[in-house]
Amino acid sequence: MMQKNGRTNGRIPVIALRNITKVYQMGDVEVHALRGVDLEVYPGEMIAIMGPSGSGKSTLMNIIGCLDVPTSGTYELDGKDVSRLKDDQLAAIRNHKIGFVFQNFNLLPRTTAVANVELPLIYAGMGGRQRRKRAEDALRLVGLGDRLDHKPNELSGGQQQRVAIARALVNEPSMILADEPTGNLDTKTSIEIMELFQRLNQERGITIVFVTHNPETAEYCNRVVRIRDGLIESDETRQATAGIHAVKAHAVSTNGHETTMVKEHER
Amino acid sequence: MKVLEALRIAMRALAANKLRSVLTMLGIIIGVGAVIALMSIGRGVEKYVTDQFAGLGSNLLFIAPGQITEGPPSLRANPVRSLTLGDMLAIADPSRVPHVAAVAADFQTRVQVSRAGKTVTVQANATTPEYPLVRNWNTTIGSYFSTLDSDERQRVVVLGSETYQQLFPNNEYPIDQTVQINGMNFRVIGVMESKGGGPGGNLDRSVFLPLTTGQDRLFKQKTPNGEYRVTVIYASIDDSANIPAAQEAITDLLRERRGIKYLDQDDFTIISQNDLISVFGDILGALTIFLGAIAAISLLVGGIGIMNIMLVSVTERTREIGLRKAVGAKRSDVLIQFLIEAMTLAAIGGMIGVALGWSLAQIVSTFFGEFQAVVGADAVITSLVVATAVGLFFGIFPAFRASRLNPIDALRYE
Repeated sequence: MMQKNGRTNGRIPVIALRNITKVYQMGDVEVHALRGVDLEVYPGEMIAIMGPSGSGKSTLMNIIGCLDVPTSGTYELDGKDVSRLKDDQLAAIRNHKIGFVFQNFNLLPRTTAVANVELPLIYAGMGGRQRRKRAEDALRLVGLGDRLDHKPNELSGGQQQRVAIARALVNEPSMILADEPTGNLDTKTSIEIMELFQRLNQERGITIVFVTHNPETAEYCNRVVRIRDGLIESDETRQATAGIHAVKAHAVSTNGHETTMVKEHER
Repeated sequence: MKVLEALRIAMRALAANKLRSVLTMLGIIIGVGAVIALMSIGRGVEKYVTDQFAGLGSNLLFIAPGQITEGPPSLRANPVRSLTLGDMLAIADPSRVPHVAAVAADFQTRVQVSRAGKTVTVQANATTPEYPLVRNWNTTIGSYFSTLDSDERQRVVVLGSETYQQLFPNNEYPIDQTVQINGMNFRVIGVMESKGGGPGGNLDRSVFLPLTTGQDRLFKQKTPNGEYRVTVIYASIDDSANIPAAQEAITDLLRERRGIKYLDQDDFTIISQNDLISVFGDILGALTIFLGAIAAISLLVGGIGIMNIMLVSVTERTREIGLRKAVGAKRSDVLIQFLIEAMTLAAIGGMIGVALGWSLAQIVSTFFGEFQAVVGADAVITSLVVATAVGLFFGIFPAFRASRLNPIDALRYE
């Protein structure tokens, strides 16, 4: 299978977009949100997709996240073509292959952390006991082993986002898709969350795709794709410049304040 | 997604808005409560009345003069021609009327009965001696008068239980005591069992004396040709299956005796217990339709309330629906979740309604005492099923709307 596909590193890309276009009909006007995007993301990558608003960034995220289908082009997720699937088939793909992390956390109110994390497993049809164990493991992994039965309103913003990350992890997806995950967090908490993502990526090899317009988020990634006017403007692979294994920031990674200083200096 | 899971989610969602949930249920609660209460009371009354009819005597036919016709009495044809003791004796002849176990005649009129300065106005039943047998009714003290008493026109009387209590306030032994009926002395020979009120008045407030004594000595209401006039003839039939045959034979006999020509109307009426019960059943049936209409309207209103609140709930929880879809909920998962929520709302409302109706029925039966409300399992199950079905029906539209939400728009919804 690897031979047949013959792709870089001999591995199947998690995401393989081929000439993706998306056209919205707004009244009489056709809006071309994406005009032919090619992109491959390989297992273990931590990639930021950046672009100003109106660049087609959100549309691309919706397509990568299997929330929407492209007008033309193909999208292979883990080697399986998902670009022409129906709603319920997409729901199953999202359930098994994709973990979402949102800017506003999107936790169910009045529902414990464990129950929130269990949610994808419910739709995967997993039994109650196993579900609970998996959810607890995921929460421990994000450092919330002592907050299992707390409800969202009893948790800080950073803790809520950790619950959301645990929820994204719990189904062991092919990738985590994070939409501005630090947008609602203060600087210190943002760094903690980004380092958590980095740790999950480096220690567990989880593929993570960020969709952001925040350059600080991009600094944690080893690949940055910039999109503008529905086309990929640049695709740059490099060493992360922030976080636990970053070249420059390594020594100060545990200190949020100094990390910020370094970044500001760079600018 | 498993139904159990959806049920848990539904309970949590309803508990989150307790007041709103209860207010939404109100239509269902009132509808189901009203039906359960009124049906239970209706059943209690029905049972009470049926027991009363059964107490009249088993397989009884009532034969009365005159014809029950439509319209006000003044417009009715057929001036009433009395029934007589002769009619009764003819009916008692097994060669003329088969299947008759026993026959009794009864002439009813109001009398004044007095003893020791106390006077009460009661109904006098001047009967033939078979009366207790036909009415399935015995004496508690002493005995009913015999054929000999009747033949000899003895001035003997049997008191109804309430008449006895009124005339003998200290539970005195009444046998061989004397009472005056319309001023004439009578010897008390018995007291009837208490029978309570029923169709045809309260028989405990009456006295019983031989028809012969009454007609010859007391009332002097014989027919112009000297026959004993009677108000009603009771015929008890050996088996309920034979009632129609007996009824037909009695009709033929009386038509012949009374010279009624072919195609002319009967000038008498034969009513069976079943006729009485079925008349009552008709009334009860009309009442049931009325109750059903109330219930239907109430459930309709309740259902619309549920639909309204479910639509609000779907809008409020757009983000939640978006999230559920993002993490893998299929359309059917969302549909089932909201359907179950609507059904749970209605079912809980139904249960509260059943509890309310049951309490109401108990209060009413305690208050009136005469009958016991019967809360039937079938009524409970039917109302719960109907309530849940209402929830299902009115939940379909909101749930369908929720299931069709686009996850992208739903997640972005503020």
